Amino acid sequence: MLSNFMINTWTVASLVAITAGLVGFFTVIRGASFAAHTIPLSTFPGAAAAVLLGVNQVLGLIVAASLSVIGINALSRRGQPDVATAMTLVMMLGLGTLCLSQISQYSQQVYALLFGQVFGISQASITPIAVIDIFAAGALLMLFRPLLLSSLSTDLLQARYLTATRLNLAFLIILALASAVALPVVGALLVFSLMVGPASAARNITSRPVLAMGLTVLISLFTVWTAIVLSYVTNWPVGFFVGGFGAIAYSAGRGALRIRRWKPSPIS
Amino acid sequence: MAMFSPAIFITTAGFFHNSAVHVALAIGGSAAVVSAIVGVFTVLRAQSFAGHALADISSAGGSAALLFGLPPLVGFLAMAMLAAGGMEVVGARQIRERDLVSGVVLGAGLGLTALFLYLDISMTTASNAANMVMFGSMFTIAPETMIPALWVAVLALVMCVLLYRPLLLIAIDPDLATIRGLNVRLIGLLYLLTLSIAVALSAMTIGAILSTALLIGPAAAAIRWSCRPGPAIIIASVIAISATWGGIFLAYDSFYWTRNHGWPVSFFIVTIIFLAYLASGRTTALARLRRAITA
Amino acid sequence: MLTVDSLSVGFPGNQVLQDVNFHLPQGSFCGLIGTNGSGKTTLLRTILGLVTPDKGKIETGVGGIGYVPQKIQLDPFMPLRARDVVALGIDGHHLGVPLPSPSRRRAVDSMLAEVGATEFANRRVGDLSGGQQQRIMIAHALVRGPRLLLLDEPLANLDIRSVAEVIALLHKLVVEQKITVLLSAHDMNPLLPVMNQIVYLAHGRSVSGAVEEVVRSSVLSSLYGYHIDVIQVHGRVLVVAAVGAEARTTEMAHEPVHVTSIP
Repeated sequence: MLSNFMINTWTVASLVAITAGLVGFFTVIRGASFAAHTIPLSTFPGAAAAVLLGVNQVLGLIVAASLSVIGINALSRRGQPDVATAMTLVMMLGLGTLCLSQISQYSQQVYALLFGQVFGISQASITPIAVIDIFAAGALLMLFRPLLLSSLSTDLLQARYLTATRLNLAFLIILALASAVALPVVGALLVFSLMVGPASAARNITSRPVLAMGLTVLISLFTVWTAIVLSYVTNWPVGFFVGGFGAIAYSAGRGALRIRRWKPSPIS
Repeated sequence: MAMFSPAIFITTAGFFHNSAVHVALAIGGSAAVVSAIVGVFTVLRAQSFAGHALADISSAGGSAALLFGLPPLVGFLAMAMLAAGGMEVVGARQIRERDLVSGVVLGAGLGLTALFLYLDISMTTASNAANMVMFGSMFTIAPETMIPALWVAVLALVMCVLLYRPLLLIAIDPDLATIRGLNVRLIGLLYLLTLSIAVALSAMTIGAILSTALLIGPAAAAIRWSCRPGPAIIIASVIAISATWGGIFLAYDSFYWTRNHGWPVSFFIVTIIFLAYLASGRTTALARLRRAITA
Repeated sequence: MLTVDSLSVGFPGNQVLQDVNFHLPQGSFCGLIGTNGSGKTTLLRTILGLVTPDKGKIETGVGGIGYVPQKIQLDPFMPLRARDVVALGIDGHHLGVPLPSPSRRRAVDSMLAEVGATEFANRRVGDLSGGQQQRIMIAHALVRGPRLLLLDEPLANLDIRSVAEVIALLHKLVVEQKITVLLSAHDMNPLLPVMNQIVYLAHGRSVSGAVEEVVRSSVLSSLYGYHIDVIQVHGRVLVVAAVGAEARTTEMAHEPVHVTSIP
């Protein structure tokens, strides 16, 4: 389990877990679950298109991720945001189905893209993942306070250059970048579990925002590491364990909050 | 059947004599109508995400059915209903929290899908399982599924008729509905169960992750065209049926113009729906423009 | 101080404000009164610079503007303590994660004491009552020391006691620190004892002035297009709508004034 071959897995999975944790913290406090589900899922056609056109997979993923951000953003201007998100998602997936149907050997690939392929990550793929992940994490930390402030009320952002719309777009772009690199590793469907599970638990354990964000990253790392170990032992897919932990973490968080609120006087 | 011109209509010959096509038209059509009607309430209640989540989760049932050799409809339906119950038990009234609960249940459900599909691929001969469950298998539906599927669709329609007014009242204001003596939670649960039927039917036809298209697209377009719920429901059904039947027709046809490398039905259905949605935006924009000019 | 000069704001197909004029000297406590949809929020957002006016000028003097937005629904699960919200008022628009800073902590603590929120400073903001949350939002708005404070419907959804407490707090700030307060509300009664200026919006137009000039049966009736009585109970002024079908007439505006005595 700690062989050379597995070192790549551990490194990449940890990077993905840290970034997904950070993105997830803001996803949860901004109530952006649907977007966080949609962007990774509508990024996956990019991989299929890349295979079909014979271009680099990361390029395909990033193009698809950008298209979905543009789609959500453009359609939201004219209607309900949740409908805009859903329509972007289905159109991207429709294109994905078309691309997949044109690739002859695809079932295994579909499965891998949707549910991840943690084992067998090449040395060469680590650098681009690391660079994009560090960039995404850095950008989120820079925007920490404005993102927090605008989740209280968008009218509170009074600085001219950081309007609520631009901030939201920046957040979606970061989400897209994080999804694009995490996708080949944990899969389109489960990037999302990693984004909402840990954060939904952490926010109920502490009321301090910075601490809650740190805790999110820790829970996310713990989830990914345990899932890899269990997957290695049982040979079952990593995604099964990641999704399950997400639900357990959420329930634990609700429980923790109930206990906190039971106390006669609050902790100071 | 003799068709007038362009090349794409040439091959209609076998279309109406093919039994796979009959099944696809019947089940696809009923899935479309049920989804469109339930979809209007889903959009009004701003529950697109819950609808999508139930559809995705139903894939766990679809893949489990393959594993245990059960009829797919049973699998899709059971899992969607289980998840609907799960969301209701956690029960959150705030939209933000409700979305998060949907998300968490979705994550867990997808984890199960991952497991079942893995087992399908490694233990059964269904090597194409992931593709079938996630992206639909319109032309491979067993003919004997047709009758139960139609009954389930009828049940969903009856539920819609019964829940019509309470759902509208709740969509306007849940507190108001409570004062009027409605059990908002019970109705919410019944609605989620109806939603489960709709997504299970369309998951079976156009695929679990694409069934959101039938649910949200026609309804969202219809609501922009008409601000009254009755006409909106009719418009949504018309869009959904046209998209589904049109998609089936084009997919069948595409076998000929792509030299036996047909394009998937789901792609056509989604594209037609998306275009209808975009077109609906244009008409409201036009109406606004007209108002601005006359004002 | 705040001067609004012949301000007009509209969105395509919808003229929201038309030729609004008023002037508030420093230290005014002004109620911005109007029915739903009369343009109160638009006026406040225009003063803040969030909406660009079609016409007119706004002068806000020096020292920046504090703002308490309308009906914030705080997520009970949001990991944010009351003091974090106030701290965001100091540097919420800065980039980067906040580092511990004694000077910021002192500023937050003194602001919390100022609004009487010290005892719940470390509680989760979503768990606080409506009145407590409103105090925290006022502290958030004032912590950078602005000379003008705008509040959008801060009294809506509060119980009677919280309303009185929030008004008393704002009154104290006006008296002690000479802050100018412009507060929107649809009900002017709770504000009548403390406000000295009033801006009244109806159908996009405004009437403004000292309370004594505006709170008269004749003025109010013509604004509402409905008969309004101004009555005095226990030395306090109350504004009430008349009852009955005959009240629904604009001609009532020319009837003699009933009671116009302000404490």
